[in-house]
Amino acid sequence: MEAFRKLAATAATIQIANIDTDQIIPARFLKTPRSTDHGQFLFHDMRRSKNGKLSEEFILNQREFKSSGILVADNNFGCGSSRESAVYALHDAGIKCVIAPSFGDIFYTNSLKNGLLPIKLDRSIVQAIWKALASANSSEVEVDLENQTIHLPNGSTYDFEIDPFRKQCLLEGLDDIDLTLKYQESIEQHELSEETNYPWTRSID
Amino acid sequence: MSYSEPKTLFEKIWSRHEILTRDDGASLLSIDRHLCHEGSFHAFDKLKMENRTVRCPELTVAIADHYVSTSFPEKGNEVEALRVPIEKLEINSKDAGIRLYGVGSKEQGIVHVVGPEQGLTIPGITLVCGDSHTATHGAFGCLAFGIGASEVAHVLATQTLWQTKPKTMRININGSLSDGVVAKDIILHLISVIGANGATGYMIEYAGSAIRDLSMEGRMTICNMSIEAGGRAGMVEPDQKTFDYLRGRKHAPKLKDWDLAIKDWTTLATEPGAKFDKEVSVDAGKIAPSLTWGNSPEETLPVTGYIPSPEDEADVNKRETLQGTLEYMGLAPGQKLTDIAIDRVFIGSCTNSRIEDLRSAARIAQGKKALIPAIIVPGSTLIKEQAEAEGLDKLFKDAGFEWRSTGCSMCVGMNGDITPPGERCASTSNRNFKGRQGPGSRTHLMSPAMAAAAAITGRVTDARDFS
Repeated sequence: MEAFRKLAATAATIQIANIDTDQIIPARFLKTPRSTDHGQFLFHDMRRSKNGKLSEEFILNQREFKSSGILVADNNFGCGSSRESAVYALHDAGIKCVIAPSFGDIFYTNSLKNGLLPIKLDRSIVQAIWKALASANSSEVEVDLENQTIHLPNGSTYDFEIDPFRKQCLLEGLDDIDLTLKYQESIEQHELSEETNYPWTRSID
Repeated sequence: MSYSEPKTLFEKIWSRHEILTRDDGASLLSIDRHLCHEGSFHAFDKLKMENRTVRCPELTVAIADHYVSTSFPEKGNEVEALRVPIEKLEINSKDAGIRLYGVGSKEQGIVHVVGPEQGLTIPGITLVCGDSHTATHGAFGCLAFGIGASEVAHVLATQTLWQTKPKTMRININGSLSDGVVAKDIILHLISVIGANGATGYMIEYAGSAIRDLSMEGRMTICNMSIEAGGRAGMVEPDQKTFDYLRGRKHAPKLKDWDLAIKDWTTLATEPGAKFDKEVSVDAGKIAPSLTWGNSPEETLPVTGYIPSPEDEADVNKRETLQGTLEYMGLAPGQKLTDIAIDRVFIGSCTNSRIEDLRSAARIAQGKKALIPAIIVPGSTLIKEQAEAEGLDKLFKDAGFEWRSTGCSMCVGMNGDITPPGERCASTSNRNFKGRQGPGSRTHLMSPAMAAAAAITGRVTDARDFS
């Protein structure tokens, strides 16, 4: 997995709650293999008008925000389907960090497995960030995972929380299958005890 | 926590599957059952790329559902591009030695319908699937949750998952349901009360007399939509109904194992006095037949309600979002829900496609004629056969409904069954997101009886008016 340490990038805001993974990438693109660039599918229908043309109203279509690396969103970002393609789409479009008051649980986990940092902050802080970005001359935001801080162009700084296990995995770009295999012995012991105590759970006849 | 402290159903299952816990709080859990569908190709591709093998192929079952055509199921799908994911599932499961219930198999159907139906879903186990509606299986008193492709790969490679222990929430639905109110109304109402992220970070246990009174089908409908409230898992304590449902199912424990299993399963229920991080109570008697009007499942109202007005919304972001929703949905503030004209009806999905659902729709459709296109997509091949044995197919066809084969179908539109742009669908599925049933589609979620009633009248209808 790609490691995440520090990121300085343009931040775009999407001030809409409940942006579900169907919005992030519509279901018809899910049959696409990972080797294909998923960035082309990001917010595919949301960023287009009814006539199919890219809408200037959608922030990521605007020249200043086309190469955004950070999204500042609203409640429940990434809710809905477990499709990891939603994270592939953000990742491939260059977005490596999403800040929001809350996330869909599965999206949150999927992000961490792909080197994309999801940051949860109180909605009042997220609103303050929206406001700061709207009034500043620059949209450059710096995110520092090691120190768990966000630096805004107006000079203000916010701290954020992250699970220490997930933080370590991200900082090191650790593949968790490799990590798990280090515990092979414990796994085998546990399997044996489950097979003894609850034999019907460990086979399908 | 000391050993004598009362435990919840969740804690009992969690602790017996905890292989180890690291100092940083991450637990490695053993996984008893893994179900996969066509979308698993990402995980299999990852394994191949990393040169890894499947650790316990015997504990995974592959089931084709998302891309299977409901009109020509024997071909998988008549469109080549949509057939490819089905073929990938066949190849990947064959290569890994994984049992496959694919196209043409009598066990095939929607993964969350097939699991319980085949006795793969049993109390006390951990069950995962690369699909957010995996919480459905929690109706049997197991810990079941949806995962993404990377976690699917992790389960395939190790038969384990890293998890941080979630918080627990008990949702008590006490009292009795009014006539004409069903499981779908309970869960839609509940989501409107706690919100689409009301249970984020929580494992839900549904309890109370109204839950105990539900059939297994009803409990599955409730658990299925846990994710629509943000909860990754939802569960109900196993009871005699659970055991009666499972007895004799193809993959349920047998003979001596069955007796041992029953003995174990009766010890799983949450003990009196066990603590939850949060408790929510809802009076079952106050729940009305409900439907969604917007683009989030929390945007639910009783069928007797009216579309809300953006002017009443104080928060500017919420006001603008509401305006956008009403524009997308083609609705006006103050509009009466029963005045909304419907263009088509979908009765199916892992939420509401089981025999009880089809019977309930049939009671409405019997002897009537649908005014608009309506399709019935049974949850599995076996349910389709059972419904046909009961004459439901003929009843629906006589009423002008289309009788299709099984699959996820128009819940997500991946197999080509879509609601065309701008059309409004009365749907028994689980998501009313923008474009969920096809680009530009407008979805209203409701129970099978309400969807059938909408087919007959061509508008949103209170199914109680049909009794």
